[in-house]
Amino acid sequence: MNVGVLALQGDVREHARALGDLGVQASEVRLPKDLEDLQGLIIPGGESTTIGKLMVIFDMLEPIRQRIMAEEMAVWGTCAGMILLSKNVVGHTQPLLRVMNSTIQRNAFGSQVASFEADVPIAGIEGGPFPAVFIRAPLVEAVGPEVEVLARLPGDGSIVAIQEDLMLATAFHPEIVDDRRLHRHFLTVCARVDS
Amino acid sequence: MELGTWRVKTGMAQMLKGGVIMDVVTPEQARIAEDAGAVAVMALERVPADIRAQGGVARMSDPELVTAIKNSVSIPVMAKCRIGHFVEAQVLEALGIDYIDESEVLTPADEEHHIAKDVFTIPFVCGARDLGEALRRLGEGAAMIRTKGEAGTGNVVEAVRHIRTVNGAIRRLQNMRPEELMAEAKELGAPYSLVVEVAERGALPVVNFSAGGIATPADAALMMQLGCDGNFVGSGIFKSEDPAVRAAAIVKATTHYQDAQIVADVSRGLGEPMSGLDVRSMPDEELLAVRGW
Repeated sequence: MNVGVLALQGDVREHARALGDLGVQASEVRLPKDLEDLQGLIIPGGESTTIGKLMVIFDMLEPIRQRIMAEEMAVWGTCAGMILLSKNVVGHTQPLLRVMNSTIQRNAFGSQVASFEADVPIAGIEGGPFPAVFIRAPLVEAVGPEVEVLARLPGDGSIVAIQEDLMLATAFHPEIVDDRRLHRHFLTVCARVDS
Repeated sequence: MELGTWRVKTGMAQMLKGGVIMDVVTPEQARIAEDAGAVAVMALERVPADIRAQGGVARMSDPELVTAIKNSVSIPVMAKCRIGHFVEAQVLEALGIDYIDESEVLTPADEEHHIAKDVFTIPFVCGARDLGEALRRLGEGAAMIRTKGEAGTGNVVEAVRHIRTVNGAIRRLQNMRPEELMAEAKELGAPYSLVVEVAERGALPVVNFSAGGIATPADAALMMQLGCDGNFVGSGIFKSEDPAVRAAAIVKATTHYQDAQIVADVSRGLGEPMSGLDVRSMPDEELLAVRGW
């Protein structure tokens, strides 16, 4: 299976290592030609404004968007990636892929001193709650009817993981823990893409 | 729900990888940096080149300035405290910024001890010239390292020296037999457990950026090819002729550091870089990198 990690900025290596643990050799995606033959793309954690601007500068925004819309490629955004996949971001104008019917609140918990770890149960992921690391994390403020809510934060019930058909988004960073259940889940989504 | 864990602190640095962190002294400069694609800004009263030129004691910035910069951008904000000045660090943590740089660019407040960083919720980045210094800072709780270079010179030579020194020492560790690691830990002046960890991983357990003297897109790509995870650029941007254009070019070169054609394209017509200093002609007392113990 051909899965790539968008390598414009962010924690690319951690995602590649996680996929490697599952026997998938991930490619680094920096230019439009790198998208060819991909069944899945991960947009990693990083700075969403930086990744978005670099996607525009290096003509990546439209090609990625088109492949997702044509259902030629599954996609998973973690943190910054979740922001970039969304249709709306509260209070900011920045380049977005606008493919998931979600509204995101950036940096919803405050600055880094408010970053935290929590165990979060995820729908369809067996084996107990997931060790979720939230770093200057966004939250999903609203979703359209076609979007499935996979996880809410224990306590205040904020939405932190969503799926819309072949698109997955998490506010936290499964790539920086050793638990590979969400990467395995993403690979099953990728396997649904007709290659 | 747990705040300030090691994973949260080191994870924050991982999200900055492949990016450029820019020194800024005003909210306007912070916005220029954000527009250029910076992953974070370092809020300062004076860039290192001016600290060097003006002399005197360089301290933590006015909280009013730090807050004004924080309010002007959506990207993370870092600020510097003096080496060993744990109250300046407490103040910066109280301001709710994202990362503290315990920095040799400011005048040290303690000539023997660095801050005990593990007791803070906010993460710290510290400078290092060699592996021993990097591991001592990690031992104190730093969650990110930057090789020091020589700040405010526009001369990349010390940054190159420091990353080569750190990475060379890591390769040496990898080739050692287990019983040799204790003697090496003693030699490095570094915690034994961290020496063993680095020998096993073949890398530092945290993100390592370069800093100190990066002035051109090619400098930025050079540091990435030498194995840094990203770049701090201080005086190199806002002491150049056209900061916005140069900042954007350095961001692009840091992303596409392996693509010489792109580095060439972004290097065209940037105007004058900051004028550099020859580190060899500088008296020892003017060198900032030697601060830190």
